[in-house]
Amino acid sequence: MSSGIEAQVLQPYKYGFVTDIESEVVPPGLSEDVVRLLSHKKGEPEWMCEWRLRAYRNWLKMSEPHWANVRYGPINYQGISYYAAPKQRPQVESLEQVDPKLLETFEKLGIPLGEQKRLAGVAVDAVFDSVSVATTFREELGKLGIVFCSISEAIREHPQLVQKYLGSVVPYNDNFFAALNSAVFTDGSFAYVPKGVRCPLELSTYFRINASSTGQFERTLVIADEGSYVSYLEGCSAPVRDENQLHAAVVELVALDNATIKYSTIQNWYPGDEEGRGGIYNFVTKRGKCLGKDSKISWTQVETGSAITWKYPGCILQGDNSIGEFYSVAVTNQRQQADTGTKMIHIGKNTRSTIVSKGISAGRGQNTYRGLVKILKGAEHARNYSQCDSMLIGDQCGAHTFPYIDVRNSTAIMEHEASTSKIGEDQIFYCKQRGLSAEDAVGMIVNGFCREVFKELPMEFAVEAQRLLGISLEGSVG
Amino acid sequence: MLEIKNLHASVEGREILRGVDLTVRAGEVHAIMGPNGSGKSTLAQVLGGHPAYTVAEGSVLFEGKDLLAMKPEDRAREGVFVAFQYPVAIRGITNAYFLRSAVNAIRKHRGEEELGPVEFMDRLEDKLQVIGWDSSYLSRPVNDGFSGGEKKRNEILQMAVLEPKLAILDETDSGLDIDALKTVAHTVDKLRRPDNATVLVTHYYRILTHIAPDFVHVLSDGRIVKSGGKDLALELEEKGYDWIREGAAVA
Repeated sequence: MSSGIEAQVLQPYKYGFVTDIESEVVPPGLSEDVVRLLSHKKGEPEWMCEWRLRAYRNWLKMSEPHWANVRYGPINYQGISYYAAPKQRPQVESLEQVDPKLLETFEKLGIPLGEQKRLAGVAVDAVFDSVSVATTFREELGKLGIVFCSISEAIREHPQLVQKYLGSVVPYNDNFFAALNSAVFTDGSFAYVPKGVRCPLELSTYFRINASSTGQFERTLVIADEGSYVSYLEGCSAPVRDENQLHAAVVELVALDNATIKYSTIQNWYPGDEEGRGGIYNFVTKRGKCLGKDSKISWTQVETGSAITWKYPGCILQGDNSIGEFYSVAVTNQRQQADTGTKMIHIGKNTRSTIVSKGISAGRGQNTYRGLVKILKGAEHARNYSQCDSMLIGDQCGAHTFPYIDVRNSTAIMEHEASTSKIGEDQIFYCKQRGLSAEDAVGMIVNGFCREVFKELPMEFAVEAQRLLGISLEGSVG
Repeated sequence: MLEIKNLHASVEGREILRGVDLTVRAGEVHAIMGPNGSGKSTLAQVLGGHPAYTVAEGSVLFEGKDLLAMKPEDRAREGVFVAFQYPVAIRGITNAYFLRSAVNAIRKHRGEEELGPVEFMDRLEDKLQVIGWDSSYLSRPVNDGFSGGEKKRNEILQMAVLEPKLAILDETDSGLDIDALKTVAHTVDKLRRPDNATVLVTHYYRILTHIAPDFVHVLSDGRIVKSGGKDLALELEEKGYDWIREGAAVA
């Protein structure tokens, strides 16, 4: 690390470039007609269009939530374009037909898609603005019966699965942003792992916002059938722009009997500049349902980007003996704000959940942990362990913790631990006295603080996460 | 190697060092003794470059270079090592990783190639044996959950691995049981070479029975009030510090 972070710390947000590509963008504004147009452009069946319209009509009746501990100006929903897609041939049969500029973009982001260069052990679905441009390793996965494709394609090719599970975890009227997403989502990933199959590759989606004045509304649905296992990774980035861009995604996970889903996110949207200009509003609803007995869903997130983060990946522990986990590192620097945490809803008997949250605030960053652990009446012998640690770097940042606990069954066992620490002068001095630079010292202390979360990440991701943390905390210590 | 002249230093506005003079040459071991609050630890922290301490007057030359003008990490890279009285813990970072990062930072400074994990481990074996540790200590987080004695031993392990030119040991002996004291003293003694030097800051005589110092200095009220050979330590042990203080007052 001694050379690694030091070099990295000196770099500005390195994913801030814009790809110069001709796009088809629908004019800003939202109406039933826009929803219909969108659905039509994607060649969707009637039921899908109807579902979107129901969501849209519900959304009209809802108001934007303001209970989160974040501040931002009003969002003009009529000023956003709800569809932006690079112009290219309508049906791409193979990677050779994908616009080279797109391939180049993803290669620059470290996600090579070409046959020779693609990442070993990771199948990637690359989403550029509103559309999925390529999915690798499809044939290999297909042999095992695993479906991994864009959600648009799944709606056309696997309507039974989509109809059965879409909205089953996050209903279209769940909340303001989820309703908006349900009405206008443009693309995203779909994965289905059949009974008894252990997915041999990491499935991964990389989201890239490129066009300006657009929102990104992707939808991800992952279904793990009985006794299956899948590990899913999500990465994202956006160009540097002065305006705020809205990203309102929905992710739904469904685990049937004995199935396990591991979902890891490295969120690196553009955070805005030092003065708080620009940056992504990341208002995301992510939820998993442990539908079957002995199922398990594990969320791991590393949140370093975005101007504002509003997200609570949660688990509905419906099946008996099911397990929910949430491991999170959230970093706020400069004027970033994050209100993030999880919801663990215990319904089944002997359900267990673990929450490990690490919040790091630097600069003028504000970091809030908000978590709900709910034990319902029928959840005999449910257990929860929560640990919330906050670290402060400097004296102009803030850390806040709001743990909500709602227990309706007296057999529940709940544990909650919390700590707040400041990176001390003494700690940094100690490292310096052994020859380490200030940046290396901070990098080391912070990485040590986050270790419990990083060890949950797949290997390559863990390295990426450590590196990102170095970049995000750039300049936070003199 | 080290030349301190008329050093005045304060912390939180209180002047602690009021004109310290000290010269340490290569190959020497100096003991700095003195009652509580005399400024012993302050001297160690100032030499290490702790940001909470400000130097108002005086100079410190290390191998002819202005030590006070150097950043703490550069002092370390040049070969100044401070074994702290209260070493801090770093959660989640293993001892092995920390040590290797430190060694590599110093090697890089010298223009030497950095060591990979395997190479480094090989070099670490002997050092561990010297302080009587097995390799399980390497995979534990730095000082996290260590007992007071273990922390002190860990400082000595770091010293053995980093091979400084000048080692300043700030009350490394306090809080050690007799066996630990022997091990630590034995290690420090073993690391003595004609080209390095050690400054032992201590409250007690007993460590000096294991490491024979070439010079003993008594620090009182921020000044070195008496210097002598190792017999001075014995005299202090018998008569206590008051004897010196009275002497100093009279002088």
